[in-house]
Amino acid sequence: MDETESDARAPAPPPAPEPVGRREFLANALRLGGGVLVFLSGAPALGEDHVAEGYDWTQHRYAYLIDTEKCIGCGSCVRACKAENGVPDGFFRTWVERYVVSPEASHVDSPKGGLDGFPPIQTPFTPTKSFFVPKMCNHCKETPCVQVCPVGASYRTQDGLVLVDAERCIGCGYCVQACPYGSRFLSPTTHTAEKCTWCYHRVTKGLKPACVEVCPTATRQFGDMRREDDPVRLAIAHGRVSVLQPHLLTEPQCFYLGLDKEVR
Amino acid sequence: MPEISGYAFPNDVHVHWSLMIVMYPYITGFVAGAFIVTALYHLFGKKEFEPVARLALATSFCFMAIATFPLNLHLGHAERAFNVVVTPHFSSAMAGFGLLYSGYFVILLLEVWFVYRREIIETARRSRGVKRAFYAALALGTYDTSPEALEVDHRAVKLLSAFGLPAACMLHGYVGFIFGGIKANPWWSTPLMPVIFLLSAAVSGIALLVLLYQVTAKLGRRPIERETVQAMARWLWFFLILTVTLELLEIVLLAYENSDAWHIISQLLTTRLEFSFISVQMIGGSLVPFILLAIVVTMNAYLHDRVRNTLASVASLLLLVQVFSMRWNVVIGGQLLSKSFRGLRSGYQPSLFGREGVIVAIALFVLPFVLLWVFDRVLPIERAAPPAEPSREPAAEPARRTA
Repeated sequence: MDETESDARAPAPPPAPEPVGRREFLANALRLGGGVLVFLSGAPALGEDHVAEGYDWTQHRYAYLIDTEKCIGCGSCVRACKAENGVPDGFFRTWVERYVVSPEASHVDSPKGGLDGFPPIQTPFTPTKSFFVPKMCNHCKETPCVQVCPVGASYRTQDGLVLVDAERCIGCGYCVQACPYGSRFLSPTTHTAEKCTWCYHRVTKGLKPACVEVCPTATRQFGDMRREDDPVRLAIAHGRVSVLQPHLLTEPQCFYLGLDKEVR
Repeated sequence: MPEISGYAFPNDVHVHWSLMIVMYPYITGFVAGAFIVTALYHLFGKKEFEPVARLALATSFCFMAIATFPLNLHLGHAERAFNVVVTPHFSSAMAGFGLLYSGYFVILLLEVWFVYRREIIETARRSRGVKRAFYAALALGTYDTSPEALEVDHRAVKLLSAFGLPAACMLHGYVGFIFGGIKANPWWSTPLMPVIFLLSAAVSGIALLVLLYQVTAKLGRRPIERETVQAMARWLWFFLILTVTLELLEIVLLAYENSDAWHIISQLLTTRLEFSFISVQMIGGSLVPFILLAIVVTMNAYLHDRVRNTLASVASLLLLVQVFSMRWNVVIGGQLLSKSFRGLRSGYQPSLFGREGVIVAIALFVLPFVLLWVFDRVLPIERAAPPAEPSREPAAEPARRTA
């Protein structure tokens, strides 16, 4: 459109360049500098986690409930997570721990994070109880990982998740060090921090996280604390739940039922 | 894959902060430590440090110039590194980096300029052509070498030292804070961490200068001043005692409190870090130099110059190793223990090649000395000839008399 217009016009002699005053130059320089700052800072983009049309994050506050009494250690959740999120080999957004305990001794393991289930083991002591504990990012309210991120790439959404903006992450690894639960890692492919997103791309479309979806025993449950009748909300509100490492005051939003003292 | 003893969280088996993050505090330690030496002369008027004051300033400057290199080599996305400065997230200890680094660098640049201003002008006056233009540019257009102007220089240096000393201490103390503020890691999380980092920075800075001073004096066929070596040895001894006391205090406290992490930390120290902590950091790097420096400090009057210089040099060399091993034991050691508090991963061996490898680390350590050589070519660290030698005193004194 511009082209045809300019073609139609007769070539006018170029106007004499107007001298740029000092005041004007400074004003423009400041504007340009400000523009660059705004451009560089950007808004916290949600990256590849596509949010559904019309989704309003102020209308939800998610929470996660894990009933350790129910877990059978099948590892479906770990496999589903890997498939859904393309988790690189040797790294885990979720994993399952096996505890074999007696009053005198305990044994904990998580072969390949529970990806292939759990082979039988022999312990040098006679176990009196054993159980599985699924673990993942706790999406803490007062999370040290968001606190320590030097560029604000780790952030907390209004619906209660802790996410990483892969477009802004500089890959310093400070958040990986700061997470008390070992939930984060630096991806060898993207060189940015990665972690469980509670499958944000799914939950904003009204679906459940992949790990919850595939759990055959309903060990893993996902709910919305803003819905009065949500079973997870009811369980957290009325049941006796605990969180991991409560002394660190990170306020995890991943709640556990039947947590044993051996679990850290 | 690393071997794990006990149970480690599956993501805890990686050492994400590798050799470059060991190098970073090692290098900034020299920046702060060397600056402390300059400050001892410029700020606290310790005359025996005069022969090393300019060398120390230049050393601090050259290490500062490359201090960001190991960080950028480590970052997963170094091309976004500038975001830390442009869009800092101020709840993070790391976000202050841009302010502290640039603030200190400006102070250092100004101090170098004021210290060398007179010589820059004199060189510009003496030279012709490109060299003249270069030094004229360095002089920033002022050719004033009147006694009054030199007195202003003198005061400026003092003032800059007064700002530079806390800035250098903060730059390095904050590196310790980055570790000390991680409550998830019991091997790091202690308010002593910034202090330990700072004191060991003083140790490494002074130790490096003990060596550099003697080497440069030998190369330049200048006599090694007895008082200077003696004074540096004394301060080195003092800072060594403080550092090791605090390093031990941290561990003794963990053991005495029998904190929840003590059982895993005691395992860490006696298995994975047995060599680098007990043998290198504590015995070879602390106890031996402590004894050597004790001889220098307490038996000074009986020592032949050569014996004193040798003892101080050996102690300094060992202390350079000690401080490196301390950085290693903190940075790497903290990542060998899992946050499950139930397991340790096998020791970490850095790769030889690659961005964060041993060769790059060695190159990073050598680079400041190359810069120092260049610095010396441009702004001679030793004042040229005997006539120029008493430059500061006569320059300052007439002015004082008139004042």
